[in-house]
Amino acid sequence: MKKTLFDKIWDAHVVRSIPGGLDVFYIDRHLIHEVTSPQAFDELEARNLPLYNPAQIVATADHNVPTRNQHLPIQDQLSRFQVDKLTSNCEKYGVELFGLGHPNQGIVHVIGPELGITQPGMTIVCGDSHTSTHGAFGAIAFGIGTSQVAQVMATQCLLLSRPRKMRITVEGELRKGVTAKDLILYVIAKLGTGGATGYFVEYAGSAIRSLSMEGRMTVCNMSIEMGARGGMIAPDENTYTYLEGRPHAPQGERWEQALAYWNTLYTEEGAEFDAELHFEAADIAPMITYGTNPGMGIAINDTIPASVPASEAASFDKSLQYMGFARGESLLGKEVNYVFIGSCTNSRIEDLRQVAEYVKGKRKAGHVEAIIVPGSKQVELQAREEGLDKLLADAGFELREPGCSACLAMNEDKIPAGAYCVSTSNRNFEGRQGPGSRTLLASPLVAAITAVEGKIVDITQYLN
Amino acid sequence: MEKFEIIRTGAVPMPIENIDTDQIIPARFLKATSREGFGENLFRDWRYDSDGEPKTDFVLNSSRYKGQVLLAGKNFGCGSSREHAAWAIYDAGFRVVISSYFADIFRGNALNNGLLPLQVTDEVLQRLFALVEADPQTEFEVNLPEQELYLPASGERISFEIDPYKKECLIKGYDDIDFLVSQKEAITAYESTRAWTY
Repeated sequence: MKKTLFDKIWDAHVVRSIPGGLDVFYIDRHLIHEVTSPQAFDELEARNLPLYNPAQIVATADHNVPTRNQHLPIQDQLSRFQVDKLTSNCEKYGVELFGLGHPNQGIVHVIGPELGITQPGMTIVCGDSHTSTHGAFGAIAFGIGTSQVAQVMATQCLLLSRPRKMRITVEGELRKGVTAKDLILYVIAKLGTGGATGYFVEYAGSAIRSLSMEGRMTVCNMSIEMGARGGMIAPDENTYTYLEGRPHAPQGERWEQALAYWNTLYTEEGAEFDAELHFEAADIAPMITYGTNPGMGIAINDTIPASVPASEAASFDKSLQYMGFARGESLLGKEVNYVFIGSCTNSRIEDLRQVAEYVKGKRKAGHVEAIIVPGSKQVELQAREEGLDKLLADAGFELREPGCSACLAMNEDKIPAGAYCVSTSNRNFEGRQGPGSRTLLASPLVAAITAVEGKIVDITQYLN
Repeated sequence: MEKFEIIRTGAVPMPIENIDTDQIIPARFLKATSREGFGENLFRDWRYDSDGEPKTDFVLNSSRYKGQVLLAGKNFGCGSSREHAAWAIYDAGFRVVISSYFADIFRGNALNNGLLPLQVTDEVLQRLFALVEADPQTEFEVNLPEQELYLPASGERISFEIDPYKKECLIKGYDDIDFLVSQKEAITAYESTRAWTY
């Protein structure tokens, strides 16, 4: 039988299948952070189990860290304790840690690819749902709970049922001002927030192929927002060019062997999927969300749906009430108070370049607070080397230090109750960016233009 | 993990779709390093106002509904992988969540903590909401060995699906980690025969 990319990698990682349909599934790389690992380390301790192989784990502090003055002790006592706990656990078990202040520190899904830890054909897990990001390299990567974190620590394996397979094909060329973020927001709006539950998605087609690795990461990152277990894209020359020479990537002869293997990782002609969806790139416009789940997205110059199926009406109206919007309304002209550019979805150098390029010589609106949080120390350093920090500062944007920041507001970067924030992150859930905060998800380009105009605008009018 | 067999209890209805794990337990409460105590902040921002006062219109603050079954709209548990969501629901005294479907990671997390995610059809779910609304004392008997949801008032029996291995784990109180540790030999054998290693 013809195999898909997913089949090839899954099959290569089955240790054994047990009666009833579950697989003992082998994990190549395990990424951990301060929030979802402490209880797992405790579980090892309580059960008196050793760590299976510390060399297959990489740790970083990202979720709750401050984005200013990272050289100083963390002010928030609980956050400091959690980060200290990660440090002491890593020391005790011999796990490599990119802690605060380390030149490789950053958001776990930014540093994995950046350091070449993420590679085609791998299985990668992390106690974080956006682990799907790594699928951009042709890996099977997905988020797990803390009990599973402990299982991987103890055995390098998980007990899993094989998900169903979906292929989403996007053909053609994206229009001007339409980015990878718009592409995935469009797909999620089409499928709905639970539309891919139970599936592992492969993205294919010429529009996907022509994305940069950063763009592919943005697409795969948000797979979870339509319920998918993960998303992946077959590796190609783009992938190899990105990876070659990165610190953890194979070197020399081993690189050549790796390439030979990675070139076998693609979906064969005629291989079957449980679901197939096709979209045209030309149909996609710059997107924005208006509600409280990522499936509630529209083209920025479109209007909020006036009618929804009766069974969904109560949840839909609850959502609009929270956002302070009405059915059938346009978002154009709505005043925005905050712009957040960051998160594992859009905090890479390409995103920062795009923002800097647009705001160069312009100035943010007076009533807008514009925060840029780079995905990693490396991204921050590169932005400074390229002089982006100056361009951004001149436009009134504050370039912070790396972390998850206002994406989930575990640290002090919170959007106040009732305020509107155009955010390049991945979730617009109620209170996600702070209690009462109202989030509108969009691309870095939309975010940059919004910051300058101080309100939602039809961005196509602002591109030269 | 606590064993699960048969429970007979009331239900707390939350007819809201796409309840995400940020609502179940907001991120700012994830700074604890133990598994205990999350129940206190279950549905924190729906349950309490900004001054910490209970919101009287929220179902968990009502004396009308009591029980160990949480009855929730479709796509329950979407969003973040935080297992804290399952811990918080369990810690608040629930043993079963009934919905017409669950987000994958939440389902797994629930099963790993002795919390049964019980999936019914949309049609059945709407009927259960109506029953509980009409009579808040409506009893639910969840019989895991028989894979059956029994409604004593009407005598109706609704069967549900669960992975046979997961069912056994819940009934016996076993964790996956016990099983995986027992597979060590197979795991090392696998490692020695891989075509490509990382």
